[in-house]
Amino acid sequence: MAGPAIERLIQTLARLPGFGPRSARRAALALIKKRSALLTPLVQALTDVAERVRFCSVCGNVDTDDPCVLCTDSRRDSSVLCVVREVADLWALERSGAFRGRYHVLGGVLSALDGVGPDDLRLESLIVRAETSGVREVVLALGATVEGQTTAHAIAERLKETRVHISALAHGVPVGGELDYLDDGTLLTALRARRPFANSGE
Amino acid sequence: MEWTDEAIVLTARPHGERSAIVSLLTHAHGRHAGLVRGAARMGAVFQPGNRVQARWRGRLIEQLGTFSCELLRADAAFLLRDGARLACLAAACAMAETAVPERAPHPVVFATLESLIRGLVEGWPGWAPAYARWEMTLLAALGYGLDLTERETALRTNDRLAYVSPRTGRAVTASDAWRWGERLLPLPSFLIDDAYAPAGIAATDIAAALRLTGHFLERHALLPAARVRLAARFDTAEKEKPCHTRTP
Repeated sequence: MAGPAIERLIQTLARLPGFGPRSARRAALALIKKRSALLTPLVQALTDVAERVRFCSVCGNVDTDDPCVLCTDSRRDSSVLCVVREVADLWALERSGAFRGRYHVLGGVLSALDGVGPDDLRLESLIVRAETSGVREVVLALGATVEGQTTAHAIAERLKETRVHISALAHGVPVGGELDYLDDGTLLTALRARRPFANSGE
Repeated sequence: MEWTDEAIVLTARPHGERSAIVSLLTHAHGRHAGLVRGAARMGAVFQPGNRVQARWRGRLIEQLGTFSCELLRADAAFLLRDGARLACLAAACAMAETAVPERAPHPVVFATLESLIRGLVEGWPGWAPAYARWEMTLLAALGYGLDLTERETALRTNDRLAYVSPRTGRAVTASDAWRWGERLLPLPSFLIDDAYAPAGIAATDIAAALRLTGHFLERHALLPAARVRLAARFDTAEKEKPCHTRTP
């Protein structure tokens, strides 16, 4: 149906998250039809990323500079370090705009079966940062899963000697969530993490 | 083909972007895997240790088939804030996933794992000895249980079983142990004595028990990382402290 070059493009696109063979075919066709508006800028962007983007040696984020823009931003609070599993989690927190400290990307979580152990994560560099970079608080922003929390406990254990304050994200009712639709586990953790209700007048 | 059974979630591996291959330990159908469509949005259900009502469907019995599951008890959520108990839950589920053969009913393993998880959730102080005993049950259910035939002799002669041969799995009495020197594995009494009070068992005994069961489990299945980490907790735990006063 299409030449080998186009087929190769379709097959490559189909390997991307969110794409299947049909959507890859549509995307390829759109790229070819809008060569100057889509294809050329995309080629340029991909070349830039392939040549310039690297992992930040400090936090593990991806950026064109090393250290990354988040690590060199002097307006950020260096005393608070947020530990996340992957770069996608860092981006999610940045999107919220709620956190103004520094990050540390672990590169995964401890796995029960797959042999991902502490040596496979960026744990040593986290300990060094916590000890030497004037960090007062480490926020463990890992998933509310068995693997995520197993990793959080392992990190907390390792950080015990550094004497930094260790906190973790709350687990509970999401904004916009109705109790009737929540699963039992979320309701349970929400009840366990209940806190005094502050009146607006207080 | 179709069946419905109660089950404990062991693992959930992502399959594509939205689905997962979920492995369950069921009451009547043993360890059974199946595809769950849309599992990415059901992360809270497919946490290891959770109790579910599972419905399996497949055109042929040999096929992977698909599961649809309803959450019965979110036991994992109870343990997320307790590092030691969470490590035990992860180890138990990973051990069952690794050691229990697929699609062979093991109602005893199911019942004892369920009981262990219930103990963890209810904050039972003797969870660590209970875990070691569960591994003994697992070994026995898989046909690799320790040989305790010398037990009667030991009782008659006012002796006690204190060691196990790492080769044969046969327990030997304390007075006979000198023949084999240091090659024998220590057998903590609580592993074979049901009347033993679990609350007073030292972390060193737990560590010895896990070394013993781990030795025999490793002969038949790879010890999963979570199980290795749990044993390491007790290896590094402070000596001679009872596990109910200081869990590692």
